[in-house]
Amino acid sequence: MNRFAITKNRWKFVLLPAVIIVLGIVMYLVHGGFNFDVEFMGGSRLQVQLPDGTDKAEVEKYLSDTLGVNVTVQSGEAANTVVIKTPPIEGELDVVEKGDEATVQSPVFSALKDKYSLEDSALIDNTTASASFGVEVQRKALLYTLLAILCILIYIAIRFEWRSAIMAVIALAINVLVMLGVYSITNISLNTTFIAAMLTVVGYSINNTIVIFDRIRENMKGRKKTESVSDLTDRSVWETMGRTINSTITTLITIVLIYILGVSTIKNFALPLIVGIIIGAYTSIFIASSFWAAWREADMQAKAEAAQSRKNSKKK
Amino acid sequence: MKKKSIITLCFVVLIALVLNVVAFYGLNIAGIKYGGMFNTDANVFGGIKKGIDLAGGSVLTFQANTANPSDEDMATVETIFQTRLNAAGYTEARISKGEGGKITVEIPEVTDTDEAKNLLGSVAKLTFTDADGNVVLEGSDIKDADYQYGQVNSASASEPYVSVQFNADAKQKFADATAAAASAGDGKNYISIMLDDQIVSSPRVSEKIDSDSCIISGSFTVESAKMLANQIKSGQLPFELTVISTQTVGAELGDKALDNSILAAAIGILLVMLFMIIMYRIPGLIADISLLIYVGLIGLAMGLFRINLSLPGIAGIVLSIGMAVDADCIIFERVKEEMRAGKTIKASVDAGFNKAFSAILDANVTTIISCVVLYISGIGTVIGFATTLGIGVILSMFTAIVITKFLLKQLVGIGIKNRSLFCSQKKAVEGGAN
Repeated sequence: MNRFAITKNRWKFVLLPAVIIVLGIVMYLVHGGFNFDVEFMGGSRLQVQLPDGTDKAEVEKYLSDTLGVNVTVQSGEAANTVVIKTPPIEGELDVVEKGDEATVQSPVFSALKDKYSLEDSALIDNTTASASFGVEVQRKALLYTLLAILCILIYIAIRFEWRSAIMAVIALAINVLVMLGVYSITNISLNTTFIAAMLTVVGYSINNTIVIFDRIRENMKGRKKTESVSDLTDRSVWETMGRTINSTITTLITIVLIYILGVSTIKNFALPLIVGIIIGAYTSIFIASSFWAAWREADMQAKAEAAQSRKNSKKK
Repeated sequence: MKKKSIITLCFVVLIALVLNVVAFYGLNIAGIKYGGMFNTDANVFGGIKKGIDLAGGSVLTFQANTANPSDEDMATVETIFQTRLNAAGYTEARISKGEGGKITVEIPEVTDTDEAKNLLGSVAKLTFTDADGNVVLEGSDIKDADYQYGQVNSASASEPYVSVQFNADAKQKFADATAAAASAGDGKNYISIMLDDQIVSSPRVSEKIDSDSCIISGSFTVESAKMLANQIKSGQLPFELTVISTQTVGAELGDKALDNSILAAAIGILLVMLFMIIMYRIPGLIADISLLIYVGLIGLAMGLFRINLSLPGIAGIVLSIGMAVDADCIIFERVKEEMRAGKTIKASVDAGFNKAFSAILDANVTTIISCVVLYISGIGTVIGFATTLGIGVILSMFTAIVITKFLLKQLVGIGIKNRSLFCSQKKAVEGGAN
């Protein structure tokens, strides 16, 4: 038994996620918040094909002046394409009234069309959302992430024990915070696929924790008095290590391929997922079970001491 | 025993291959026609529905400008939208109602959201005309229309019908028109109900109707009667609608996204298969056959149920491929451990499966829980992801637990004595020392 004792070194392993989270907070302050996409904040995002040699800065200035709002223009995926983002513009999403037959144009694209004499096909994609729509998506995202975590917590508490459930959820919380940290550090825009990425990690990264807890549950049944809970936990983690690593690798193979080959919307979804899956395996191996073991041992010791003192007081 | 196991194994591999061919390329034998997962021919059954991000097109979300619109009113709006989209030739358009008076319309191929807004936002023109095309009643003459079920007259059996109420001054117009129609003679004794110049229904008129309401009966089903009532009401949008979000994707971007995703999936499958063989040798090969069956099944499920596949949905499938072998990893690691403990191959396989089951179940249930929560969240892009990942997780549990187990048993039946084909001997010695 000369394997590395994870349980003993558990506090050291908290360091890595802690550093990422702190870095995330720092970058959050530097960037002045998350880079919310239009689905969350309201406004428009357009990807447009422009004529050769068009200057981005010029487009930005032209649109900002014409529309009277702060427009940002970034390079798109392909040559000569740009991604344009604007805050909500009045009249952009018109009220469709009874008998209203007025035609409304996307003001951003109309302005570009006039200036650069573009065809309609130059508009590659366009997403527009009202501010209230964004607020609702934000509210929903938070609500459903918490709901998912709660459901998983209840399930683990039923199938295992309440300490396992709490440790699994703490590990999850670390995963979610690290992912938020990654969004903050890389300044990837948060849109609805962010919610999908988040919930995938919530559902998937806990797999590893559960497989380890399952092994601990099994080993605890046949535990010899000579083996401490910490040692048993270390043994369980090492016994499941092959599986934890292999299935993390197979999942990573596919998600990395999506990242390499996917279009930009999917890239923005795959990157936080890659981070989430790695950190999920990390917290499962090094944090969830080791802190569970320490907690369980402390409880057992307290119980034993209580029993001892009861015995002693009876003797007296 | 040995021969039988080999034949069974080969048979399963053959089934796996046929399954994949059918799932992705379709089938056309003995009158059974299935188009395969990527079928685009509308005349052949099957094939995914491409989401807007893959096909190109527009997505518009409308919000009713009224607090708590009734389900009935929302159904009316849905019917109006459906009628207009069909009339304009957008038969592939999809309409979905959300909570709190939201209604989302996806129109493939239309990349001009303004056109779509005008199409959906304008007021439908409802008219009643006689056989010669003269307008006898207009939308403004109709007070209400309802679906009802019961006897149309005392002699008939109960059936679904539509009851239409007129405004006060329309009563006389209708009486005159029905009198004229009833006396017009065969072939002309009907009144047509037109929506946006399309005939919705042409009920026959047998007598003058002097009433502030009329009944349209005929061979209606409950569904078609409800639909007609809604269409008649379509003259009036029950409330104003505000566009709260629009999304447009050009067709080229969609094509590229689909091609790249299929490539990612194909390479991903091959790499995962290779990895499993390297790590688990013969059992790894078994896992690969299971994975092949899994890929075939998920392709078949997508095509048969005509799943609405969007980009996040593809991500869900590709992710599920990686996760599908997770259960195999749990089982094989367990089998390895049992072998290291000195058990025979057969006993190890049995024990490995039994001990791995609880871990596989608990791990998959938590993923399914997230999928269900995602699905009910009602956030458009997320639903597609939850659907495919959820189907994937359930199917992968089936292939891992049923198919991998069955195949491993055949392998045991062949009677491979060489333990190193199951796990490396070097490790076994190390393990034995523990």
